[in-house]
Amino acid sequence: MLLAIDTSAGTSVAVVDRDAGVLAELSTDDTRRHAEVIGPFIAQALEQADVTAQRLSAVAVGTGPGPFTGLRVGLAAARAFAFGAGKPVVHVVSHDAIAATLTAPALVVTDARRRELYWTAYDGLDADGLPIRVDGPGLAKPDELPTGRERHDAATVSAAALGLLAEATWAAGRDFASSEPLYLRSPDVTISAATTGGRRVTQ
Amino acid sequence: MSAPIVLGIETSCDETGVGIVRGTELLANVIASSMDEHARYGGVVPEVAARAHLEALTPTLTEALERADVTLADIDAVAVTSGPGLAGALMVGVGAAKALALSLGKPLYAVNHLVGHVGADVLSEEELELPTVALLVSGGHTSLLLVRDLIDDVELLGETIDDAAGEAFDKVARLLGLGYPGGPAIDRAAADGDPTAIRFPRGLTQPKDLERHRYDFSFSGLKTAVARWVEKRQDAGEDVPVADVAAGFREAVVDVLTQKAIAACTDLGVPRLLLGGGVVANRRLREVAQERADAAGVALRIPPLDLCTDNGAMIAALGAQLAAAGRAPSGLDFAADSTLPVTTVQV
Ligand SMILES: [Zn+2]
Repeated sequence: MLLAIDTSAGTSVAVVDRDAGVLAELSTDDTRRHAEVIGPFIAQALEQADVTAQRLSAVAVGTGPGPFTGLRVGLAAARAFAFGAGKPVVHVVSHDAIAATLTAPALVVTDARRRELYWTAYDGLDADGLPIRVDGPGLAKPDELPTGRERHDAATVSAAALGLLAEATWAAGRDFASSEPLYLRSPDVTISAATTGGRRVTQ
Repeated sequence: MSAPIVLGIETSCDETGVGIVRGTELLANVIASSMDEHARYGGVVPEVAARAHLEALTPTLTEALERADVTLADIDAVAVTSGPGLAGALMVGVGAAKALALSLGKPLYAVNHLVGHVGADVLSEEELELPTVALLVSGGHTSLLLVRDLIDDVELLGETIDDAAGEAFDKVARLLGLGYPGGPAIDRAAADGDPTAIRFPRGLTQPKDLERHRYDFSFSGLKTAVARWVEKRQDAGEDVPVADVAAGFREAVVDVLTQKAIAACTDLGVPRLLLGGGVVANRRLREVAQERADAAGVALRIPPLDLCTDNGAMIAALGAQLAAAGRAPSGLDFAADSTLPVTTVQV
């Protein structure tokens, strides 16, 4: 049984079980309240699923790609929850959770703000039912997206889908994703010339 | 029964702090700083700080428990900084603290960072006496508070209307090519300088400014004045006396900070002044504060330096005060509030 968290788009928290399926899921597509809702969502998911932290086998969390600030809230919460419960964290590429239901080749696309998009290319599912990621995740302007696959836009990532994918990955004995958050942008893109200095004050 | 053990998490700026206290006893104070990563930018880059908080989170928690020699099962409550500070940085701590409190099944106290700086002093040997004026100076804030009661009655007397004092140190250090962080760099350069050689302006100290901004600070004009002075020298093809410029700049900052803090003590009849924040590491600030406090008959309190810089122990200490006073925990749906007012001690 897993607690699953994804904050790469809105906020989604679920409790899933390989045999019993989705026991609870709470989601919002609000992209500004990750830090507020993460607490109540975890509490409610555990309560609805009627499980304690000790009964979980791990915490699954989406590593993005996604806008930095929100993405980090889920990762921080997952790591801290797992730390407190003495359980491992397993990482899943958030786009994989969207692709887990797509059997035909597809380009999964989510909003990266600043008129850019996150994308990942998939070629359906493998024999274990896991999405076959062939390219990406990447960051692109809308007119520069890779072509050749049907575009699949998503506004949300379901933590239940992510959790079930983690269970399937575990069952198939496959590797989880790297723990590295998929920011896909360097941290200094927001620095203006004014703060990097060197400007004269007198003309 | 011994006092409750509280674990505090602080991520409001560039230090990831985890502290553990038992009531007013300090058990651990572990700080991971992303300072080095900001060096090439010459100032704190919020996104760099936030990324570093996430990476430092579990290692810092682990080390704090080890140093305190307690286990997770011993923790009675969790406390976290919910503001003020850098929004993205605060959110890492808030998200983590909520999840940690839930997994431990323990209450969570969301507290004010600035009041936390004052709360750090309950961990000192001597008991914190109230009311007190508190001067909190760092790269993120420059605030003058009147604290009548640590958890109930904190008033903002004044604050910076532009740059924080620590920020001014960083900017002037960069201007003089002295490196980052600016505080220690300016201090080293100023050691051989004459603080009276160049008189830089003292912001908001003129009578007309004092009417509206008696306890407020401004360092942006000072920074510009230093830049002008340096550029004029350079344009004339003359050498810049870096030591004198650094000493004169530092003197202007220290003069205004201590002048206004002591004025608050005198005006309000509060004979106590507490210093907090990273800039307290500046030796000249401590010296001048001590001289002026002595002259005014004000008792000066300076917590140990590792409790002055941003840290988790001060947040744990404030959380422990709230818990001891029987305050209800904060619930789980509070936000990270980058502009949380000091009057809100607990969210
Ligand atoms: Zn501070």
